[in-house]
Amino acid sequence: MQSNFMKSVIGIGAIAAATLGPSAAQAEDLTLCWAAWDPANALVELSKDFEAQSGHNMSFEFVPWPNFADRMLNELNSGGKLCDLMIGDSQWIGGSAENGHYIKMNDFFDKEGIDMADFIPATVTGYAEWPKGTPNYWALPAFGDVVGWTYRKDWFERPELQAEFKEKHGRALDAPKTLEELQQIAEFFQDRDIDGKKVYGASIYTERGSEGITMGVTNALYNYGFQYENPEKPYELEGYVNSDGAVAGLEFYKSLYDCCVPPGSSDWYMSENIDAYKSGQVAMQMNFAFIWPGVESDANVGGGKSGYFPNPAGPGGHFAQLGGQGISVVAYSEKQEAALEYIKWFAQPAVQKKWWESGGYSALRAVVEDPGFASSQPYAQTFLDSMAIVKDFWAEPAYASLLLPMQSRIHNYVVAGQGTAKEALDGLVKDWDEVFEDEGIK
Amino acid sequence: MSDGANTQPIKNKQSANLMNKVRGLSDRAIAWIFISPTILILLAINIFPLIWTVYLSFTNYRVNRPKKDVEFIGLRNYERILSDADIWITMQATAHFLIWTIILQVMIGFTLAYLINKKFKGNDLWTTIIVLPMMLSPAVVGNFWTFLYQPQIGLFNYVVGFVSGADPSSFSMIGDVALAPWAIVIVDTWMWTPFVMLICLAGLRSIPDSIYEAAECDRASKWRQFWTITVPMVLPFLMLAVLFRGIENFKMFDLVVQLTGGGPGSTTELTSINLKREAFEKWRTGYASAYAVILFVSIFGIASIYVKALNKVKSR
Repeated sequence: MQSNFMKSVIGIGAIAAATLGPSAAQAEDLTLCWAAWDPANALVELSKDFEAQSGHNMSFEFVPWPNFADRMLNELNSGGKLCDLMIGDSQWIGGSAENGHYIKMNDFFDKEGIDMADFIPATVTGYAEWPKGTPNYWALPAFGDVVGWTYRKDWFERPELQAEFKEKHGRALDAPKTLEELQQIAEFFQDRDIDGKKVYGASIYTERGSEGITMGVTNALYNYGFQYENPEKPYELEGYVNSDGAVAGLEFYKSLYDCCVPPGSSDWYMSENIDAYKSGQVAMQMNFAFIWPGVESDANVGGGKSGYFPNPAGPGGHFAQLGGQGISVVAYSEKQEAALEYIKWFAQPAVQKKWWESGGYSALRAVVEDPGFASSQPYAQTFLDSMAIVKDFWAEPAYASLLLPMQSRIHNYVVAGQGTAKEALDGLVKDWDEVFEDEGIK
Repeated sequence: MSDGANTQPIKNKQSANLMNKVRGLSDRAIAWIFISPTILILLAINIFPLIWTVYLSFTNYRVNRPKKDVEFIGLRNYERILSDADIWITMQATAHFLIWTIILQVMIGFTLAYLINKKFKGNDLWTTIIVLPMMLSPAVVGNFWTFLYQPQIGLFNYVVGFVSGADPSSFSMIGDVALAPWAIVIVDTWMWTPFVMLICLAGLRSIPDSIYEAAECDRASKWRQFWTITVPMVLPFLMLAVLFRGIENFKMFDLVVQLTGGGPGSTTELTSINLKREAFEKWRTGYASAYAVILFVSIFGIASIYVKALNKVKSR
């Protein structure tokens, strides 16, 4: 009798364990690493649903942007086990794939029915693929982002400013369509007195230490004809990086810096631009799209006072610098199964929809191609327009070695005013050639 | 119980043998026993990394490429560093920073020490106030000086504007190529002059009053007393302060990174910032090791010559 009773207890226990599933039986503490910014806070809230459903516990390691790459690349290079999930910058994908920091996700995607065709193509190429253009996936597109512009719609709409601008330039004071128009508007507002306060044209990226000025200047370079390499012959830089168009683009960015930015903005990136804009110092602001929900809800500049426009076109094309990241499973994690569970959960359309609603930029086409998406937020259409014209920096394993000379050469010319644009770009070709030689590519 | 009773005499015998062995050791051997743990730790955390760095400097090793073969490339890293114009620019920036901070800190520090050494009311309070900046973290100092240097709201610009009549927003201390090297000199001087002052103060207080009294009896003027008594007797202290500040500022990193990040352009990119970028941003470990070896040899050589000069001055 006692033996039968024990058998029953064991049997019930086994059935219960099987019914509750492996997640309940093997609850894990997962750590997700990302940059410390508004979307990360939104993800913390969103992830509570995952915790409730899976039984896993989520922890987060967020590092401010200026130190994000330093901190996290150190973590990956040292084979650290801090992060189970990494939302790493798009340019890290090459190095992380080749050095074995991320696990390859093709088999997982196939098994779970996650199709990369369901995501915005530019985000798949930018955040997930390595080598580029091949179906080898190391991440799930997690956060679509792109450089765009915010402007003070309430200032632009003032009749006296409209009249003055129209008289001067023969067109309405409105969101610019070209970079030339953007500079005219910036000049128009520079040192202007608005409501008893001196304001300035635009805040642009000039930061020297990490990636700031590169993420800014490329929005001018691309649109004047800069190319990273000969499209027919990879890694041939001469005549593409330092083409006449590229030189003109760099000169444009410097002229914008010289004419139209607030004093002291020689080392500004995302947060400084946000501060300048929200405090009413500038008429326009260059920044990644992630800031737009925060602008819209801001007491000073939100609630219809701000408008949004994609990076304007130039004589050489119409592009915008890609931002954003994919989410990957770190190869050194001992909880890869649970980490993959998180990605499976995150890829669900319902979760992606909620992600967008809570301030995250979903890269899932079902979300952004929904008929109601464009009108769901004042900046939604601009986001879509911007994501259609993106271009990204090198994503080679040597990306950091390629980024640093660009930061230095561009800052030297634009901010420090040393040398000419041609010299800066010729120097960049020399630096990049050296990097590729070191890599054994050239 | 019985086991314990049996093993106790054995243990006692063993410890007696050990004591006899220790008693039989020479003083030199006992000294080695005491210092060997320290030597082992030093070897492990100082000497081994140094030798390893020298080894890496002859290779193309990259710490972020564990799968890549490491090749021995001889002196190639050294050749590249010494022929790189950009590295010489950072050396110039470092020299500018080093020379001017030392000149200003010595002059102001010595003057302050001379004044504080006089007996007056509130002397202790002023000493405490003056030494406050050196108690702060360099990162904090760098951060709040970026606010002081803000053209639109910065106190520094406001004061300069108020005194000179210039528009405070018309100049940017950390954004202007001509002003940025001076901006970092000013902040370092503000922070570390009290350190030089304290060392000079120690020197001034070590001069016996009897020497000045004898000089008074010989009717030496104050000026003469200053140059023939005060300066020579404080000089070793002053030289020590210069040595400390020289070594510290040669490897200056945190304060300048917080203030300018090496900009505008590369105007304030000191060697230590440049080295960090090579080692931990570009991940050129072999190259950065060669760079570190060159810096180490330079500073070690200069410091050795300087210490010899210091000893000469002290022995006078």
